[in-house]
Amino acid sequence: MDKITKVDIITRPDKAEVLKEALNEIGITGMTFSHVLGCGLQKGKTEYYRGNPYSIDLLPKIRVETVVCEVPVEKVVEVAKKVLRTGEIGDGKIFIYPVENVIKVRTGEEGVKAL
Amino acid sequence: MEELKFAIDTMWVLIAAALVFFMQAGFAMVETGFTRSKNAGNIIMKNLMDFSVGSIIFWTVGYSLMYGESVSGIFGKPDFFFNGDYTALIFQTVFAATAATIVSGAMAERTKFISYLVYSFFISLIIYPVSGHWIWGGGWLSEIGFHDFAGSTAVHSVGGWAALVGASILGPRLGKYSQDGKSHAIPGHSITLGALGVFILWFGWFGFNPGSQLAAGSEADALAISRIFVTTNLSAAAAAIVAMIITWLRYKKPDVSMTLNGALAGLVAITAGCDVVTPGAAALIGMIAGVVIVFGIEFVDKVLKVDDPVGAVGVHGISGAVGTILVGVFSVDNGLLTTGSFSALGIQLVGVAAVAAWVLTTSFILFKAVDLIIGLRVSSQEEHIGLDIEEHGVESYADFEIKGVHVR
Repeated sequence: MDKITKVDIITRPDKAEVLKEALNEIGITGMTFSHVLGCGLQKGKTEYYRGNPYSIDLLPKIRVETVVCEVPVEKVVEVAKKVLRTGEIGDGKIFIYPVENVIKVRTGEEGVKAL
Repeated sequence: MEELKFAIDTMWVLIAAALVFFMQAGFAMVETGFTRSKNAGNIIMKNLMDFSVGSIIFWTVGYSLMYGESVSGIFGKPDFFFNGDYTALIFQTVFAATAATIVSGAMAERTKFISYLVYSFFISLIIYPVSGHWIWGGGWLSEIGFHDFAGSTAVHSVGGWAALVGASILGPRLGKYSQDGKSHAIPGHSITLGALGVFILWFGWFGFNPGSQLAAGSEADALAISRIFVTTNLSAAAAAIVAMIITWLRYKKPDVSMTLNGALAGLVAITAGCDVVTPGAAALIGMIAGVVIVFGIEFVDKVLKVDDPVGAVGVHGISGAVGTILVGVFSVDNGLLTTGSFSALGIQLVGVAAVAAWVLTTSFILFKAVDLIIGLRVSSQEEHIGLDIEEHGVESYADFEIKGVHVR
């Protein structure tokens, strides 16, 4: 069985376009984007609404999920790190998981053929 | 009888003034609908302040600069804290505020709020009153016979040209143009709010144009007003239809936002001549405006590469100029088609060009000065996060998502 890996990237929303293009360039076309909220080292701030303070500490990020087999995982990570890194807190994280199987719904193909 | 006529005249003008005031809501909704939700509150603040600052400034000195005793036909003698004909003051105030608020749309999503306030202060203080004096205050343009009944040039082009200069100096929104100059779409967050805005503007225009008759208490006035209602409406409708057809052919599907802009272009174009053209001519003017707006907006976006999120330059600047010039063609009094003479057309061209030169120059100086002294544009970080949070500390749609705000 081919080794299938899922790469989960959590990063700033304004990086969506550059990340997508960079991944396209190394041969990845299938990705799932979602808007998420998260907290981490990056702290929130306090704003005021009609005189009352309220704190904002869940920050909007995007989560990009992609599953790869033929494209080496190291390459994906290297490209992602390159386009996402700003050097400031809040750049995000990349998580790597093994995948048991992939099935394409339309054709029923499994494994690497489904990607 | 005299008193009755005075009362009816006054009542009509005041009602019209209230209708034109309501156009502020129209502008606010168009501008917020055509831009992203993260900047909605900022658009509202700019519009609110355009009207509030404009009201105070116009009462303080703007009105007299426009309507005071003419100084060489260039401007009126300034007189502070106006205390005369209140009907005239309020009616003119809402018109002045219309010109000022046109610009906020073109400069949306990336202008520093404080810098915008400064601009707004000066357009109501000087730019609008001076050209207004030339056209309506007894100045040199009215002396040579320039005809702009309700303000295609005096109000709309003034706003449109200032919008062009402001948006141009400001630069495009981040992500609008790619390195190779290709224009990207940045869709607005609510077509429905934008449509509400257009309908409110159309509604308010029934005060803007017929109200400029400034009288209703005689048979002649009543007939004039009712005809102006019709010319106004026909131009808007014709323009909307033509804009829709063109987008249908050009973009393969009828474009909602461009059709909405089309209706507005028709309204702006008919404003100069609504009292002196036939209903048929009004429909023709509307059709021409419908064509002009589609190509005008594309021209500004793709050729001039000026990022105008709401199409203000096309709708108010270009359509205003075209509508004013067309009075020289279609006017039943002295238009080309009626008399065969080009002189009216020539006078209209002179007026359009003179006002354009005045506004382009003064707004250039103004925006450049503001940019150099306090900076016109927000930082790219602030632009990414959104002006609601960065400039005002609020979220306009706090309840629509799980609460959270982007912070670096």
